[in-house]
Amino acid sequence: MANPENIRDKVAIVGVGACKFGENWDQSPSDMIVDAAYEAYADAGIEKPQEQIDAVFTGTIYSQKGPHECSDALKLWKPVTLVSNYCATGTDAFRCGVMSIVAGLYDTVLVVGYDKPKDRGVSGPSVMLDGVRDLPKTPAGWFSLCAATYFEKYGASREDLAKIAIKNHHNGCLAPKSFLKREITVEDYFKARIISWPFGLYDSAAQTDGAAAAIITRADLARSYRDDPVLVKAVTVQAGPNPQKDPSNDFLSWKPTAQAAKDAYHMAGITDPRAEIGVAQVHDCFSLTELLTYEDLGFCEKGSAKDHIADGVFELSGELPVNTDGGLKTFGHPTGATGVRMIYENTLQLQGRAENRQVADPKLALSHNIGGHPTACGIAILGNA
Amino acid sequence: MTLGIRSYGAYVPRTRLPLALIGGRPAKDGGPEKAVAWNDEDAVTMAVTAGVHCLAGLDRAQVDAVYFASTTYAFREKQAAALVARALDLPRQVRTADFAGSLRAGTTALRAAFDAVTAGSARNVLVLASDARMAAPGSPLEANFGDGAAAFLVSDSDAIATLDAQHAVADEIVDVWRSEGDPFVHSWEDRFVVQEGYTPRITEAVEGLLAACGRTVGDFAKLALYAPDARSHATAARQLQASAEQLVPPLFGRLGNTGTAFAPMQLVLALEGALPGDRILVASYGDGAEALAFQATEAIEKLEPRRGVSWHLPRRRAAGSYDAYLKARSLNPREWETGGDPGLSATIHFRERDDDLSLRGQQCRACSAIQFPAQRVCETCFAKDDFESVRLSDRIGRLVTFTFDFFFPTPEPPTIVTVTEVDGARIHLQLVNCKPEDTKIGLPVEFVFRRIHQSGGRPNYFWKGSPVPSVTDPQEA
Ligand SMILES: CC(C)(COP(=O)(O)OP(=O)(O)OC[C@H]1O[C@@H](n2cnc3c(N)ncnc32)[C@H](O)[C@@H]1OP(=O)(O)O)[C@@H](O)C(=O)NCCC(=O)NCCS
Repeated sequence: MANPENIRDKVAIVGVGACKFGENWDQSPSDMIVDAAYEAYADAGIEKPQEQIDAVFTGTIYSQKGPHECSDALKLWKPVTLVSNYCATGTDAFRCGVMSIVAGLYDTVLVVGYDKPKDRGVSGPSVMLDGVRDLPKTPAGWFSLCAATYFEKYGASREDLAKIAIKNHHNGCLAPKSFLKREITVEDYFKARIISWPFGLYDSAAQTDGAAAAIITRADLARSYRDDPVLVKAVTVQAGPNPQKDPSNDFLSWKPTAQAAKDAYHMAGITDPRAEIGVAQVHDCFSLTELLTYEDLGFCEKGSAKDHIADGVFELSGELPVNTDGGLKTFGHPTGATGVRMIYENTLQLQGRAENRQVADPKLALSHNIGGHPTACGIAILGNA
Repeated sequence: MTLGIRSYGAYVPRTRLPLALIGGRPAKDGGPEKAVAWNDEDAVTMAVTAGVHCLAGLDRAQVDAVYFASTTYAFREKQAAALVARALDLPRQVRTADFAGSLRAGTTALRAAFDAVTAGSARNVLVLASDARMAAPGSPLEANFGDGAAAFLVSDSDAIATLDAQHAVADEIVDVWRSEGDPFVHSWEDRFVVQEGYTPRITEAVEGLLAACGRTVGDFAKLALYAPDARSHATAARQLQASAEQLVPPLFGRLGNTGTAFAPMQLVLALEGALPGDRILVASYGDGAEALAFQATEAIEKLEPRRGVSWHLPRRRAAGSYDAYLKARSLNPREWETGGDPGLSATIHFRERDDDLSLRGQQCRACSAIQFPAQRVCETCFAKDDFESVRLSDRIGRLVTFTFDFFFPTPEPPTIVTVTEVDGARIHLQLVNCKPEDTKIGLPVEFVFRRIHQSGGRPNYFWKGSPVPSVTDPQEA
């Protein structure tokens, strides 16, 4: 495990930015990177990036061009590192940036996550084959494998998943940069076609293009950029072997989340996550992933999520609002961008800048991604200075 | 120590195309149909399954040759028998050969197997005949063709049937053919084909056989006759003065003309019902004709029940539409093809032969856990490089969890995707022959060899799960 003293409160976020997420037909990856990075520059009051930024960490999984896409878009003559870690890619780029600062290598770093799946020419998930014995390689097919088992054991059903979808569609309507801005009803939910049982259209994240950026710096330098910097309390990425063949997997949770939560809470000094965390952005690639994550992050007991959902705990007005901007559900999931987009939302929430989706006075904000089969989980916890 | 056929097996694809659908009419219950290899099946997968049934309960390490007969293998250059041997997990030193080019190839392979065993150069030869021929959509041949496979083990001992005589004639005639690059079989005018090709040749071969063994048609309990269609079958039977009881039913309207596998599947049907002492006459046709005379031995009563043609026939499901059939056979590529075709690395194919084709996993010597695929570090105790390879394909697995995927390109979605556990090993596996509503956690499954997808113009093979059949099973699946 990481040593908390070496990371907690050492690094601050002083600027965030994001492009509008969606089917950005008329934007190249570079265009989106510029939107996100320049918004973050402005947020941090950076006017001469070439002088004020020491290094760039970028995360993408679809890019054909690799690391130079970012350097070229921003015309930055700086060290650049490309990070790839499935759906945790954005969070991992952020982690690597943070690590470079705590290591004492750089003072101020730009983190950019982006992806452009809509250039592939397919609207649904890509069905890829890259192994001789490969099965349909759709994320829905992977993430749905917990459903039969979880439903059977805990008596949950699509009714419970519907509530998550309705909540996120609602929240997405309040976020200026989200893609889907449409309230849905239970009837809409059950009428929609099935993608991979039990996931239907409304259980699934949309497919979009997007980019998000953050400027991070040494905590002691933060106030030279902003009066209200946000501190990094913890950031971790945990990974493991493929759960589909893990003989000890019970298909009731995704192990990397619990693993990463333990590490992150240790770093941040959190002992009662439900009480201490004020707002969370979790990986709702599919509705059930969000449900399992409530439990795997310790927001409630294993098996009890449906009761807490029914009580409205995770709604905007609830005790622990989750996915205040509508999540992957309404922003879509341009893989490299997502983790950074969540950090963007949590920063706004902690600074009281989240407008009509503002949560009352959160002290700690958590963001979470899980991806692969799923095999990797990233968690970042931010707090007010 | 009797030399002859020691065991048999067969395979009929579960999916049947009601012939009414071809003509755009609704399917009727009990109406004529044909068996069709679905999108994950082909001559190789059908042969493997027939081979599995044939070898059930027998020691595969003793098989020293595999002869594969088909006119519909996916490659022009590259052997099927070696692939089949790998899927059946046969010894490395197994002798392999493909027999092709004629619908007679099935019985020709069988005769070659007898030659090898009689000569003493092999002791156990596995003979497989399998075909999934294609006719142009809408052509008369389309309704006629069906798909299937048969398997025999020819051994130097424990024969259930001996080969008493054989006779063959070769002939050159352009009657039925498929040319290079053409996916479809064509035929000359059917009256010519029957009058100058099939009928005179098949009777010539049978009469030659009768002369060779000094018998008459009346001496035979069963006649297993190839025929291009029901009418020619009746004509040939009449000419040979065979009675209805003697004739193995040709199964037009249920199975269809299975090409290379036709006469061999007829032989399987005959063996399924044979009593000791019964004589069986088999005749096949294609660029000539050949006839074989068998006699069942006492041992036939002791053979453990096999999955033969009769076992498979009632286990059926009707294809939902003609369109789904076209998709399954890639006859409707515009709607069926997935975006790009990456083509899978041949080196990966090569490295994973044991995992993908033989469905071999490994057992950890340190903790005994079984896992799949082969990997360097134990999933359970983390021991390194200390494993024994184990065959999983002939074991029974159970569903740990599942989902129904509607996005995987398949003629009739959804695809049932599971995690299946087999003696501790977890495999991400598709499930076939099962409806979503029958898919349950804990469902016991056996493993079937299938064509899992196609990439770079080449088929990729792997295994799928299939519910363990129950005794009460032969209803629609
Ligand atoms: C669910 C999914 C298959 C739908 O894709 P699709 O069938 O191609 O849908 P289209 O893009 O053609 O859109 C059809 C309509 O539904 C809407 N829509 C698309 N995805 C949607 C979603 N996830 N939820 C709600 N509405 C959606 C579109 O806006 C469009 O509406 P419009 O006609 O009013 O403009 C696709 O969004 C998907 O694959 N999501 C999962 C992505 C994924 O796997 N991410 C990785 C997670 S780790």
